[in-house]
Amino acid sequence: MARYDLHRDLRDIDAPVILFDNVSKTYQTGTHAVNDISLEIRKGEFVFLVGSSGSGKSTMIKLMLRACKPSKGRVYVAGRDLGRLRRSQVSKFRRSIGVVFQDFRLLQDRTVYENVAFAQQVVETPSRVIKQEVPKMLAMVGLSDKLNAYPRELSGGEQQRVALARALVNHPVILLADEPTGNLDPKNSWEIMRLLEEVNRRGTTIVVVTHNREIVDSMQKRVVTINNGVIVRDEQKGGYAHAKN
Amino acid sequence: MRRISTLVYSIKQGLKSIVHNRMFTVASIGTMTACLFLFGILYFIVANFQHMMEEAETSVGVTVFFDKGITEEEIEAIGDEIMLREEVDRIHYISAEETWEKYKEEKLTPELAATFGDDNPLQDSASYEVYLNEVEKQEEVVEYIEGIQGVRQVNSSKSLADTLSGFNKLIGYISAAIIIILLGVAAFLISTTVATGISVRREEISIMQLIGAADGFIKGPFLVEGILIGLVGAAVPLTVLYSLYYRIIAFITEKFDNIFNKLNFLNVDTVFGTLIPVSLLIGVGIGFVGSYLTVRRYLRKAQEGL
Repeated sequence: MARYDLHRDLRDIDAPVILFDNVSKTYQTGTHAVNDISLEIRKGEFVFLVGSSGSGKSTMIKLMLRACKPSKGRVYVAGRDLGRLRRSQVSKFRRSIGVVFQDFRLLQDRTVYENVAFAQQVVETPSRVIKQEVPKMLAMVGLSDKLNAYPRELSGGEQQRVALARALVNHPVILLADEPTGNLDPKNSWEIMRLLEEVNRRGTTIVVVTHNREIVDSMQKRVVTINNGVIVRDEQKGGYAHAKN
Repeated sequence: MRRISTLVYSIKQGLKSIVHNRMFTVASIGTMTACLFLFGILYFIVANFQHMMEEAETSVGVTVFFDKGITEEEIEAIGDEIMLREEVDRIHYISAEETWEKYKEEKLTPELAATFGDDNPLQDSASYEVYLNEVEKQEEVVEYIEGIQGVRQVNSSKSLADTLSGFNKLIGYISAAIIIILLGVAAFLISTTVATGISVRREEISIMQLIGAADGFIKGPFLVEGILIGLVGAAVPLTVLYSLYYRIIAFITEKFDNIFNKLNFLNVDTVFGTLIPVSLLIGVGIGFVGSYLTVRRYLRKAQEGL
């Protein structure tokens, strides 16, 4: 079977797409970043992960990406036990996850089109498929007229939309967004959030790490609050204001 | 199809990065060129010396003269006895007549030669010229031949034989030492080269790892880069050496005419028939292995700490 279809199969699994099972992570420096966390995120959910700096949010994202391994407990993402993934399997696993960062992380020497196409080249998608899908994805994020522009010629909001198109072009089961609006003005922030909502409506599970209280409060999604490496609150239709306690 | 498009991608990115980091590429090619240039010069010397040694070894003859009044059968028996020795490559019989003809030709004017008429003043000068496989064994062989009955005198040049075998050893040591040093320099060079290339593209690699690029895909452009640097780094010194080869020989022959005019240098095709594939293999091999090892080491470290 073509590698290209792998993600479609993963989207049909019934188990939670993300499962933290009594997970602790202690870094070599001795820092206890995450302490005995259990968390279940189901297919199609939209979850905000909030908490102050150093609370353990970034470590959770790293654990979900298998950028580090838990010191204790198990992390399952998209049906895989990440602690048991062999090195050579990590790259295949990551293809089922899209990631967006605060600093966009675009390749500055490539055009908008090339940045998005790159994500498909990397997973060896046939070029005729790339030629069809990249413009479609860029149209979805509203950048059809910027295909040949370089990242430095774009506004922050536009750059983040390119990053989003890149994260989505391989049809991931899960989209992780680490402070996606951290560098954007309110107008652009809202635009990104509306796009994420749209992506979520189409079936992709979304986890957003954010400090943006206004957005969290008004979007009325599930909010998981972390403090000192522990989940202190987990509310459906929650808000940032409640999380402050 | 996919493999081909990945290959095309790797070549394109490899070329792009070579151009993008051109200062650094030029420096790497320069060092590689210097290394392989030295290697080429060393090879010229070693190959030509070996060629000359081989030629000299077999041309160092031992001349064997016989007792007066010896019969042809006895001479033949002596020849058989000499051939019994393993070190003897071949023997060549020179009759007294041949010796005299050669002497007349080389040393006497036709007028002077004519005064001898049909007489042969060298009638006891029939001899064997004995050629050895190994010049080091000359002394032993001479001793053996001197012990054979009917042998009057054995002429040999001990000092030439000693010098030649000494040279052989010396060249062996020197070339081994230089090759070891060159390999060390090359290994260090490639490691630094690729490590710099990686640090320039750290961000790009980390993005690739996030997107789910397989290690092989990430390595591709670096391998292309390493191989191309090796290829160019080998082609440049080869071209220069090729155009210099005859000039160097002409220079040596002119400067050291009295020492070297009797020695034949290898022709350019023989030398480059070996030097071209060996240099290309070293260049491409070091480029490939060096970049492969460095990228692999980096990727193992980087995957854990995105």
